[in-house]
Amino acid sequence: MKRTLLGAVAGLAMAVAFVAGAEAKTLVYCSEGSPEGFNPALYTAGTTFDASSRTIFNRLVEFKLGTTEIRPGLAETWDVSDDGLNYTFHLRHGVKFHNKADFTPSRDVNADDVVFSFERQWKADNAYHGVSNGTYEYFEGMGMTDILKSIDKLDDYTVRFVLSAPEAPFLADLAMDFASIFSKEQADQYLAAGTPEELDQNPSGTGPFVLVDYQKDAVIRYNANTDYWEGKAAIDKLVFAITTDASVRYAKLLAGECQIMPYPNPADIKAMQANAALTVQEQQGLNVGYLAFNTEKPPFDNKLVRQALNYAINKQAILDAVFQGAGQAAKNPIPPTIWSYNDDVQDYAYDPAKAKELLAEAGMPSGFETDIWAMPVQRPYNPNAQRMAELIQADWAAVGVTAKIVSFEWGEYLDRSKKGEHQTVLLGWTGDNGDPDNFLNQLLGCDAAKSGGNRARWCDKSFNDLIVQAKRTSDVNERTDLYKKAQVVFKEEAPWVTIAHSVVFMPMRKEVTGYIMDPLGTHQFYSVDLQ
Amino acid sequence: MLRFFLTKLAGLIPTFFGVTLLVFAMIRLIPGDPIEILAGERGIDPTRHAQLMHQFGYDRPVLVQYGIYILDVLQGDLGKSLVTKKPVLEDFLVLFPATIELSICAIIFALLIGLPVGILAGVKRGRPADHTVMALSLTGFSMPIFWWGLLLIILFSVNLGWTPVSGRLDFAYFIDPVTNFMLIDTLLSDEKGSFLDALHHLVLPSIVLGTIPLAVIARMTRSSMLEVLSEDYIRTARAKGLSPLRVVGLHALRNALIPVVTVIGLQTGTLLAGAILTETIFSWPGIGKWLVDSIGRRDYPSVQGGILMVAIVIMTVNLIVDLMYGLINPRIRHAR
Repeated sequence: MKRTLLGAVAGLAMAVAFVAGAEAKTLVYCSEGSPEGFNPALYTAGTTFDASSRTIFNRLVEFKLGTTEIRPGLAETWDVSDDGLNYTFHLRHGVKFHNKADFTPSRDVNADDVVFSFERQWKADNAYHGVSNGTYEYFEGMGMTDILKSIDKLDDYTVRFVLSAPEAPFLADLAMDFASIFSKEQADQYLAAGTPEELDQNPSGTGPFVLVDYQKDAVIRYNANTDYWEGKAAIDKLVFAITTDASVRYAKLLAGECQIMPYPNPADIKAMQANAALTVQEQQGLNVGYLAFNTEKPPFDNKLVRQALNYAINKQAILDAVFQGAGQAAKNPIPPTIWSYNDDVQDYAYDPAKAKELLAEAGMPSGFETDIWAMPVQRPYNPNAQRMAELIQADWAAVGVTAKIVSFEWGEYLDRSKKGEHQTVLLGWTGDNGDPDNFLNQLLGCDAAKSGGNRARWCDKSFNDLIVQAKRTSDVNERTDLYKKAQVVFKEEAPWVTIAHSVVFMPMRKEVTGYIMDPLGTHQFYSVDLQ
Repeated sequence: MLRFFLTKLAGLIPTFFGVTLLVFAMIRLIPGDPIEILAGERGIDPTRHAQLMHQFGYDRPVLVQYGIYILDVLQGDLGKSLVTKKPVLEDFLVLFPATIELSICAIIFALLIGLPVGILAGVKRGRPADHTVMALSLTGFSMPIFWWGLLLIILFSVNLGWTPVSGRLDFAYFIDPVTNFMLIDTLLSDEKGSFLDALHHLVLPSIVLGTIPLAVIARMTRSSMLEVLSEDYIRTARAKGLSPLRVVGLHALRNALIPVVTVIGLQTGTLLAGAILTETIFSWPGIGKWLVDSIGRRDYPSVQGGILMVAIVIMTVNLIVDLMYGLINPRIRHAR
């Protein structure tokens, strides 16, 4: 009797253990490209961020997934001084760094780690600054070198950032990938061993997944971080299967070799949506595609001409032909997913008669000659600029404006349009941090008109005053109000034709639940579960 | 024999320098530079741009840059990738075995099918078998690799489920990359079933990459056989009463194979070029894809280093082919 009972219990225990062991939930993501490396501060590609910052690391503050709102990350709370110059962060206690094969953390995250992570990118005399041929594109691109005055450790769990001028988007900047927090202890260990580059190849972070292995251009493996401060992820293992061709990703999804994939071919989307084994999520991209008028060159210095050419364009035709349904007409320079988007603004309707009327009023009843610059490459905000230019050329010809389509190699295109060699140019922008300033100041501000980022070379005092003021205050309501007014001014003055915001699709198998699309374009798997 | 070998080797040196100069110049002729590409729409301010160009040495005169580069190369230093920041040679050596493995399997496939089929066509000249073989080989030669690959994936992987879609190994197997040759590494590891899985993954890519060489080898073998079969000594062998199998298999084949060996050597170039497309379709982590990505990113060191290594490989293979030629045919190695 006892023997049989013992045998039964043993058998049951083994069965349970077997089942529990076999239940390791593995999510396979068909990634669209290889990561450049595993230190997000050194790189700019989305594939790198997906593979490093969003899996391995955390930041002081994070974007609430699915939105561009800020929420606490490694910093539990923070205070901003009244003058907007001092940001004091109070760090969370008990956050652990990952255990790695060659690194065992002896302490939790503290202020030293935060200071190191930023000073490495900022101070040329930091021992790690030049490691791995350090170029910190985003740290500099977001203007951190000018914005930051000092970073001070007040005690083990308190860090203060002192700015040189008030910068309301600063908090949003700290949620970006380059601001990921590294382990100073690990950095010191590698430096002492004479192999500092290892920090950028196999870093220990605090994030929901631990990097296990990377086979170049093939597979990245992660295990779920069982000590993650927000709770272990529902899945146990995460695998990135690097598959660069979209058709092959689709084939893998159908065959069940991966459960979720990014960037499908637009032509496959209908079939995917009709397939009962798949779910297709969609969301507007945090981007805008536009045509900018060079307001320094006549006749585009005349508001009436700019408005006329706005009326002349048939945006729906462009959405159908160029975006094939993966786009939404744009009326504002910021996409609807960003706070302070002014939905009350009226767009210029497609009205060739009105266009001719305005042209006559401007003193050009028989039209004029101009150019349209079109990109040679595909961008998230514009899948086919050449085609778009052809459609616009035809629309303008109908109101008497003859346009020649001009193109250059991508690097040259950006360079020359920055110098203002164009009359009109097609371009776009993808948001970095979900802050309206990131669009409005970088693309339409007076400073940007001088440096060239503002392709319309448009400097309007009332618009500029509004956005500069919005940068100075941290009060979201006040900023929203100012940005809404700015959008109205923009629409009236029409330095651009706002064309479209692209729609991003994310196909996955039905077994995948809990996936949330990130407006900033990253792919995150912490919230995912498999049925 | 030694003299033959040394003469051939000496001929490679000017080729080597020619390749480096050509690649160096061509990548720099493409407009745009790596710093600008990295910055994208954001743009980069001119002082920072100048600073980075100076850091990487791109602001010096091209000839000076070339000189420095050649000196480094002769010491085995191919520079560091602008993107991964790792030594180019290291990146290359990690990825190259994958391409070699695929190419070898593709050539084996091409030979296994191409040789018998070509012999058959040559022997049965003018008959239906010959015409069929020629038509099929023309089709194989003309097919776009990309389309052929996707077609096979849809048919065999998605619809029939007989082969995996892409990659070198099922992700469930965690193999130590000892040599980076998946077939060897899986044998060395203790993961059961991984070797068979690796073979399984090699099936479709080898077929796709090997299709064009197969067509070329089939045609080459056929025409070579036709030429040899019309020779006098074959007529003598037949007149002596030897069985047809002996005539074809022993006397004709050995001589017919000589040009085929040369063709295999020449096919190395085609294989490496075809590998670019095949690797992209099948997510095969080899150098073909790596090179294309590097060109797009203006990763000068990777492009230069990669093409240089590929050129060295092709030159070496052709050198070996020339040597084998000399071995097989004594008349060639003694010719002046």
